[in-house]
Amino acid sequence: MKRISCAAAFAASLLLAPLCARAAPVSASLAPYFAPVTTPSASPDQDGFLRRWLVLEPIAKPNRSNQGFTSVYVRDAFAKAALPGGPTAIPRDGQTIPMGGQSLQWHALDAGLFDAKLFYLAQGLGKPTYGVIFWATTIIESDREIADAHLAVGSNSASMWWLNGAETAALFGDRRMVVDDAVSPRVTLHKGRNILRGAIINGPGLSDFCARFVDDAGRPITDLRIATR
Amino acid sequence: MKKHLISALCLAALAAGGAKAQLEGEPFIHDPSTIAFSDGQYYTFGTGEGGLVSADGWTWHKGGVRPGGGVAPDTIRIGDRYYVAYAVGGGGMNGGHASNVKVMWTKSLNPKSPDFAYHDVGIVASSDGKEPCDAIDPAFLYADGHLWLSYGTYFGYIRMVELDPATGQRVAGNQPVDIAIDLEATALMYRDGWYYLLGTQGTCCDGPNSTYNIRVGRSRNPLGPYVDNFGVPMLKGGGKLVWGAHGRGLGAGHFGLVDLGDGVEKFSFHWEADMDRSGRSVLAILPLIWKNGWPVGQENLRPGTYEIQSERGGALELAVDEVRLPFDFRKSWFRNPADGPDKPLPDQTLEENSKVWPKGQIAVDMGDYMVRPHQHWTISPAPGAGGYMGAPYVKITIAGTERALAATPAGEVITVPAFTGASEQLWRIDQLSDGTYRIIPRGTPDPRAPLVLAAVGRSTARLVRFSPDSDAGRWTFRLP
Repeated sequence: MKRISCAAAFAASLLLAPLCARAAPVSASLAPYFAPVTTPSASPDQDGFLRRWLVLEPIAKPNRSNQGFTSVYVRDAFAKAALPGGPTAIPRDGQTIPMGGQSLQWHALDAGLFDAKLFYLAQGLGKPTYGVIFWATTIIESDREIADAHLAVGSNSASMWWLNGAETAALFGDRRMVVDDAVSPRVTLHKGRNILRGAIINGPGLSDFCARFVDDAGRPITDLRIATR
Repeated sequence: MKKHLISALCLAALAAGGAKAQLEGEPFIHDPSTIAFSDGQYYTFGTGEGGLVSADGWTWHKGGVRPGGGVAPDTIRIGDRYYVAYAVGGGGMNGGHASNVKVMWTKSLNPKSPDFAYHDVGIVASSDGKEPCDAIDPAFLYADGHLWLSYGTYFGYIRMVELDPATGQRVAGNQPVDIAIDLEATALMYRDGWYYLLGTQGTCCDGPNSTYNIRVGRSRNPLGPYVDNFGVPMLKGGGKLVWGAHGRGLGAGHFGLVDLGDGVEKFSFHWEADMDRSGRSVLAILPLIWKNGWPVGQENLRPGTYEIQSERGGALELAVDEVRLPFDFRKSWFRNPADGPDKPLPDQTLEENSKVWPKGQIAVDMGDYMVRPHQHWTISPAPGAGGYMGAPYVKITIAGTERALAATPAGEVITVPAFTGASEQLWRIDQLSDGTYRIIPRGTPDPRAPLVLAAVGRSTARLVRFSPDSDAGRWTFRLP
C-alpha cells in the first residue's frame, strides 16, 4: 500500500482522517485468506509460492506514512522488535511472547492465496491493522542441496528476510507488494531443514507479502516441503 | 561502376596507420564483403586481394587471403563451405562494362588452417559490355533453401540469378531477372517473409565529397518487384534511406548484415571518408534496428548522462536511502496569498543526495525514477578498452562522480567508489533490433552468447544469459 489509492483520497485524508479510520470493516474470521494448519507439511504452490507460515500477531509501531522506511529506520525498528531465541528459533503454534508490554501469539497458518494478507489476519484477530510490524517464519525442507536458489519476495511495505540466520533480502521504502520485487543473490538451500524468517513493517495500508525460491534461470523451485514444526 | 575509376588510388591508401575513429586498428578497406566468422576470427574482403581480420570485430588488421583480384566481393557460409563471389572486369574501368562474376569456395578463411583452400566454381553471371547491366558487386542471400545472387551497378539494371547451394554454380536454365536501377553495391536480406534488396545510391569514390548512401526496398518474392516505403518500385529508382553520412563519416556504402543472434543485428559498410583518418575509406559497423518492417541504421549510444530504464519498469540506481526534497506539502493543495508568486524549485543536488551513501561498494537496484542524482549514469569512452563487433567498451559512472558500475564474479552488479579501468568495470552497450539496448560486462565468458544486466526482479538487476524472448535484459537510455 502506498499513498491510499488516489489523489482525492489523499486530500480527503487530510480533512477527514477520523472518518476514514471508522470506515474499515471488521471480520472475526480469517477465511478466505488464512486457515489453521492441519497437516504435517505442505508443498509450494505450482508457482513456487510458500503459503505455510508461523505468523506473530502484529506489534504496534505507529507510522502515519510509509515514506520514511529507509534502511536505517527499518533495521532499527526490527532490531527493537527482535524475537527471543535467536535468528533460527522456531516458535510453536499458539505460543505467546511478551512484546512491547503486550502478549502476542504465534499462529500456524496456510495462506489461501499466493500472498499472505497480513492486514486481514490482523483484522480477523481483532488486532491493529495500521502501523504494525509482523514477524513470519517457516521451515523449508529439501531432499537435495540447491546451490543456485534465489529468494524472491515482495511485500507491503518494507521487509527484511533471513535464511538460516543470514540476511538474504531487504526491501526498503514505500513498497507495494508485487511478485519477485527483490530477488536475492544466490543462496544455498541445504538438504534437510532450512529456516526462513521475515519481518514486515507497514504504516497505513494493506499489509501483505509473497515469497518463493527461484533458480538461476528464474524458474520457481517447487520440490520442497513447508512445515511449521 | 564509378568507384573503380579510382580504385587504384583506394588500394594505395590501404596502409597501416590510423588515429581515432569508430573501429580500431587499421580498418582501411573499400567495398567490404559481408563479415564472416571462421576459426574464431572475423573476416571481410574488399576490392583488390586480401581484406581485414579481427578477433573481436572491433580492432581490425590487414589480413585474409582472397585470390582472383577484381572488385567488391561477397562471402556467405553454407554448411561447411564459405562461398566467395567477386567480379572481374566491368565497373566502367577504361570505359568497359563487360564483366564476369566468379564464385569459389573454401572450408576455412584462415590461411593457416588445413581446411584453407579455394576451389574455383567458375563464372555464374556476366555482362557483355553492351547490354544494360554491368556484372559487378555480387551479393549472396541464402533463404528458404535457395541461394540467390544479385549484382550490377548504375550502368543499367541490378539483376538476380539463382545458384545451387550445394555447388555454388548457376542453377541450370536460370535466367537473370532485372530487379532495380540506380543502385550498386547491393545486398540482400530475408526477414519475416520479406526479401530486402539493399544498395547504395549517390556518388562513390570522391572522398569527403562522396554522396554514397544506403537504400532499401522489399518484396514478398526474391525476384521482385521490390518497392520502397512510398511504393516506388526499385526498377524506377525507389529506395528507402537506411544510412548515410553521419558525424565524421561521409559516404556510406556497401551494406552487409551482421546478425549476432539474440535479436542483435548490425551492419557493416564503408565510409568513403573517415574525417578522423585523413578522409580514408574505412570499415564501419553500427547497429541496425527495425521499424515497421524496415531496417534503419543507428549510431552507437553517444557518451552522455542518462536515466537507464528497464523494460520491466524501474530505473537503475544506487541502492541507497531516499533523500527527501524539502517541501511543504500543504502547498500542493492549498494556496495562501502569503506564499507569493510561484517559482521554480531546484533539483536535488549530488551533494544533498550523496550524504546518505555508504563508502566503499554500494549495491545497485531499480526503483521509480525520481530525477535524483543516484539515478543518473554517465556513459564515457574508455580509451584502450577495445570493443566487440562495432560497439566499444565504456565506463558507466554515477554522474558527477567516479563511482563506477561493476560486475562481481557471482554475477551481481554493484558500484565501486572509483573507476580503475578494471575489466569488470567496462561495459558494452548493444542496441537491439527493437531499438532497446542490452548491457554486457566486458568479462562475459562468451561474447557471442553474453551475460547481460537483466531485471531478474522488479527491483533487482543481475547478470544472466541474455534471452531474446524476454524483456528482462532490455534497457532504454533517456536523457534526464
